[in-house]
Amino acid sequence: MHCIVTGGNVKVLAKAVHSLSRIGDELYVEPQEDGLALRSVNSSRSAYACFLFAPLFFSRYSITSGDNFRCKMAIKSVQSVFRSLTTLEKTVEKCHIDLDKQKDRLTFTLHCKHGLLKTHNLSFQDSESLQAVFDKDSYANVFRAQPRLLVDTVVHFPPSLDEVTVSVSDERMWVRNHVEEEAEASKAMLTELCLASDEFDHFAAQAHNSVTFCLKELRGLLVFAESTGLPVSMYLDEPGSPVVLSVTDSVLEGNFVLATLSDDPSLRKNSSKGAHTAAPPPPDDFMNDDMDSYLIAMDTSIAPGPSNTGPPPPSLSGDTRSKRPAAVSHKARILIEEAEEEETDDLDRLPNKKFRSLFFGSVLPPSSQLSTQPMTSQEVLASDSEEEN
Amino acid sequence: MPLSTQSQGDDEQYVLVANLDNARNLSNILKAITFKDHAIFTATTNGLKVTVEDSKCLQANAFIQAEIFQEFTIREDLVAFQINLTVLLDCLNIFGGTTTPGVSTALRMCYRGYGYPLTLFLEEGGVVTVCKINTQEPEEPIDFEFCSTNVTNKVILQSESLKEAFSELDMTSEVLQITMSPSQPYFRLSTFGNAGNAHYDYSKDSDMMELFKCTETQTNRYKMSLLKPSTKALALSCKVSVRTDNRGFLSLQYLVRNDDGQICFVEYYCCPDEEVEEN
Repeated sequence: MHCIVTGGNVKVLAKAVHSLSRIGDELYVEPQEDGLALRSVNSSRSAYACFLFAPLFFSRYSITSGDNFRCKMAIKSVQSVFRSLTTLEKTVEKCHIDLDKQKDRLTFTLHCKHGLLKTHNLSFQDSESLQAVFDKDSYANVFRAQPRLLVDTVVHFPPSLDEVTVSVSDERMWVRNHVEEEAEASKAMLTELCLASDEFDHFAAQAHNSVTFCLKELRGLLVFAESTGLPVSMYLDEPGSPVVLSVTDSVLEGNFVLATLSDDPSLRKNSSKGAHTAAPPPPDDFMNDDMDSYLIAMDTSIAPGPSNTGPPPPSLSGDTRSKRPAAVSHKARILIEEAEEEETDDLDRLPNKKFRSLFFGSVLPPSSQLSTQPMTSQEVLASDSEEEN
Repeated sequence: MPLSTQSQGDDEQYVLVANLDNARNLSNILKAITFKDHAIFTATTNGLKVTVEDSKCLQANAFIQAEIFQEFTIREDLVAFQINLTVLLDCLNIFGGTTTPGVSTALRMCYRGYGYPLTLFLEEGGVVTVCKINTQEPEEPIDFEFCSTNVTNKVILQSESLKEAFSELDMTSEVLQITMSPSQPYFRLSTFGNAGNAHYDYSKDSDMMELFKCTETQTNRYKMSLLKPSTKALALSCKVSVRTDNRGFLSLQYLVRNDDGQICFVEYYCCPDEEVEEN
């Protein structure tokens, strides 16, 4: 692979790397026919981001077609190449990115003013494919706003805040901080903002949903959007279904996919490890969801049937990909992982790992991608048991 | 003014008396070499030289010529003592180091000779402080035997571009490798860190390169921990000269302008890291 980024695009690339660093510790690099994909995922697989830079973003973009090359490296190393953004803007004229497969090195060469040449040879590891499956076009609620609107909204929440809940109706969007049920009422501070539909460039709320997701990872995208001035599109669906935020222009596309908590508060409280069947689902959906979940479980060949742990508590629709795993525990903001944080029961862990593969693969019986997924998930067993934040 | 009238009569007792209207002209330059507690002060009729050393491999010298001082009187050919540099700097900044324009700390430095403390009279806004700092037997500064005749490669760069490189250096690298050559890459700084290696190349045609005189290709490695303190001197300077001799010893000379626009010099000498063979 050999590509050249010139002028202001170097800073855009740098900003994309910096915003990916807010998601995970590793940068996945995959030169594709349709552009260079830079991806990152957090350790609990509850947040995923991908920037795709079209060939036109580069002044030169050449890859060995049919190569299917992908690698990953510590994102800090790439950040060190683009350390000072202000200096980048002022002094860097162009940036060459070259892949040396023999030496397992990715070389970034920055041609700067005054005849200064900075060369960074970064070592990488081969990596598995990292691709989240999401279909934002099928989402019920779509919004688009200038980044300033979201930045101004988010600024009201303390940096330490983990989760926000976004609720939408026909004309309004509410953003409030999410407070755990267990938190003491006297110590909790609730902040809620209401945004009217006319503050958005586009506001289409077909389903009045309320989703809760992690704010920290969103901030990464906002920093990027604000600096590039690109409007942010937000795709919301039911709780449990990941929220997708995108920035697009003619030469790049950035997608941040964040898992959401699936259940409403009453369910969450009672959900506990191993007690899937015991968890009382929302009364109105109880019977249906139970059946749905069970049927879904039987359908997918991946999951060995949650029979030993019981069907996961309800999701509101038949969308198998995103629903099921999220419902398992009350910290279910993570689509796949959620149970890890609360559960130590091994039995419970297994199905969840399989669920992760649903997120990243397809629900259809084994494809080449899928064959690697379960392996990956099993490999990651140990690390996924770590607490998120 | 109160300082000079006070000690007129005492002057004969001192082997060294140095006056500065602005103590910052001394303290700023000393900060560029404060990586160890102790420093050797050597005074001659030319002025003051302050030396700091580290593990017998690194030496930093700050030169403050006699002309910088409003008064510089020395009654012996050579006056030398060792002193705690950190304490000295604390005293020089005793009034808090205010940067209000027009307000400065005046300094009168007096030394009676061997065994006596260094006496500092500091005045600001009519308030006078007297500090007496104990001195020790001066150690002989290392003679790196670095002489111009043995210099193989020399470049003079504007500090601005080198500052950028030094601020970005990969600190996970144990060494800083310097390559100087009459051909490509001309002048290269390299690091070998956890993530991979990085090279900063300065072309000989760069407008930042004021002088380029390289006679042979040389690559030398120096311990990063030893060279890191030189960044302070680099930050203060406007130009830096980088020289290596036939043994691979490194000499960095920094041209520093003080508050009044006067020129002082700071130099660093460093031994090459022995473990690596040159290629």
